[in-house]
Amino acid sequence: MLRAGCRVAVRVGPRGQEPGAGGRRWRRCCSSGPDSLKQTPLHAFHRQQGGRMVNFAGWSMPVQYALSHLESHLHTRQHCSLFDVSHMLQTKVFGRDRVKFMESLVVGDIAELKPDQGTLSLFTNEEGGILDDLIVTNTSKQHLYVVSNAGCREKDWALMQGRAEELRATGGDVHLEVSENVLLALQGPSAVQVLQTGVSDDLAKLPFMSSAVMGVFGVPGCRVTRCGYTGEDGVEISVPVGRAVELVELLLRDPQVQLAGLAARDSLRLEAGLCLYGNDIDETTTPVEAALVWTLGKRRREAMDFPGAQVIVPQIKGKVKRKRVGLISTGPPIRPHMPILSPEGRPIGEVTSGCPSPCLKKNVAMGYVAGEQSRVGTVLAVEVRKKSCPALVTRMPFVPTRYYTLK
Amino acid sequence: MAALRALRSLGVSLAPRCPGPLISLRTGWPQAASARSLGTSALLSSARKFTDKHEWISVENGIGTVGISNFAQEALGDIVYCSLPEIGTKLNKQDEFGALESVKAASELYSPLTGEVTEINATLADNPGLVNKSCYEDGKELLFHFQGVNSNSMIKIQMVFLSQADLLLSISPV
Repeated sequence: MLRAGCRVAVRVGPRGQEPGAGGRRWRRCCSSGPDSLKQTPLHAFHRQQGGRMVNFAGWSMPVQYALSHLESHLHTRQHCSLFDVSHMLQTKVFGRDRVKFMESLVVGDIAELKPDQGTLSLFTNEEGGILDDLIVTNTSKQHLYVVSNAGCREKDWALMQGRAEELRATGGDVHLEVSENVLLALQGPSAVQVLQTGVSDDLAKLPFMSSAVMGVFGVPGCRVTRCGYTGEDGVEISVPVGRAVELVELLLRDPQVQLAGLAARDSLRLEAGLCLYGNDIDETTTPVEAALVWTLGKRRREAMDFPGAQVIVPQIKGKVKRKRVGLISTGPPIRPHMPILSPEGRPIGEVTSGCPSPCLKKNVAMGYVAGEQSRVGTVLAVEVRKKSCPALVTRMPFVPTRYYTLK
Repeated sequence: MAALRALRSLGVSLAPRCPGPLISLRTGWPQAASARSLGTSALLSSARKFTDKHEWISVENGIGTVGISNFAQEALGDIVYCSLPEIGTKLNKQDEFGALESVKAASELYSPLTGEVTEINATLADNPGLVNKSCYEDGKELLFHFQGVNSNSMIKIQMVFLSQADLLLSISPV
């Protein structure tokens, strides 16, 4: 019965009922070899908390807990939610040549990052396609801190290790370390207020995309980065494994904090206009097609010294065949893979992400359309179950973001 | 009301593994469709049976009731969109007649019988979340009348969503 949007295996939590007793429609969502799924250090904790576990990128992750998807989503926007995002890859890059190393793989101006400043960047390939999106932070502790997607873990690690070996072979000084820390995301308007009660650093001095190491609720050596994937103010906290459950429990003592899972994570990021690698961006999309031109460093564009620059840079001034756009509609929700149609009914693209927006009570979506049809305000249509439904090309984010910037 | 009680009792005997109390059907259901005298078809009266699509159907005195299982409703999550057919729509068995959607997932609804839609519940268009709530305790339900035709009788089908009943059985031919 579950179709578009549900590509995961559903395993009912501690109540112990096995799903998949149903027939064909259910089976697609209820297939999982639980023994072969990776688990974060908080796995047992999630189950104890009533988390409904699903397979995401080969990890057993909570999709939701006691709160419904809607409740969890809205709670994040009104108070704050705590997510386990330890499935993502955390890499530390050491060595004198770490910036040169990083710049050989990504499109951004990494050398210009101030101490403890981070940025969203992209690994690209020689064809100009996006291999992954990631956050690179220039820590003041002699390393770069890189967080990249769970679904690209093996690929990214092979890419980085391969390049590091190449550099070392020519006398470069760079080496990598994977961090086994738990990674938590605390997101929402009250996230930082909650966190402040447990840290002595003044978080008002930690603006969006900056990072610092500090004790959090008595747990020393936590890296706190002011970033996230919800559009809200908030932080990601990288915490040593041994004390992660303790920290989570301390955070949960605050009644404003609720656990949230992957369901809310996805609807929140979509409202915020943030891409999901594998859906909205992949190896066939260039940063220009994906409307991520801002990630291309100014210096890097001129030097054309990143993978795929020969393809990507000309696209900035020139035309692209397709562009990622935001769509908004009413009526039946827009879902991935639905065709996007011109006003005349001609297929001109495809939806890559979509869901009913809990905040807007309208349908929001992202997709690629022919370049000429991509201007904000264009009225297009989406084919939903064989019917054509009007959709408006709209600016993103759909819901205003509330990043904490110092002005 | 007798019909309602009868359905309830049928449910008990047929779904012994169903946890919890049975479905109690709401009073005040439009009983507008008078049960005509139908043939001797076994379809006149059969206890709840489940399809392989997690819908169930139960027929009582010519009135058929269709719902989705508790497992389905839970797995789908908060329903935010509900589309039902227009009155007069003629449906064949297995035809897609509508959809329920949560934030995360969409599910088409398939007609378990052949027939014609005679009434739909308009409140669900504005209030699709009612589908998730216990239909009977607070009297909210998805309701549409669907006049089904089989080889020898007219059957009305009402669409109802259960808060219990998640047992999958194979459906007898209807």
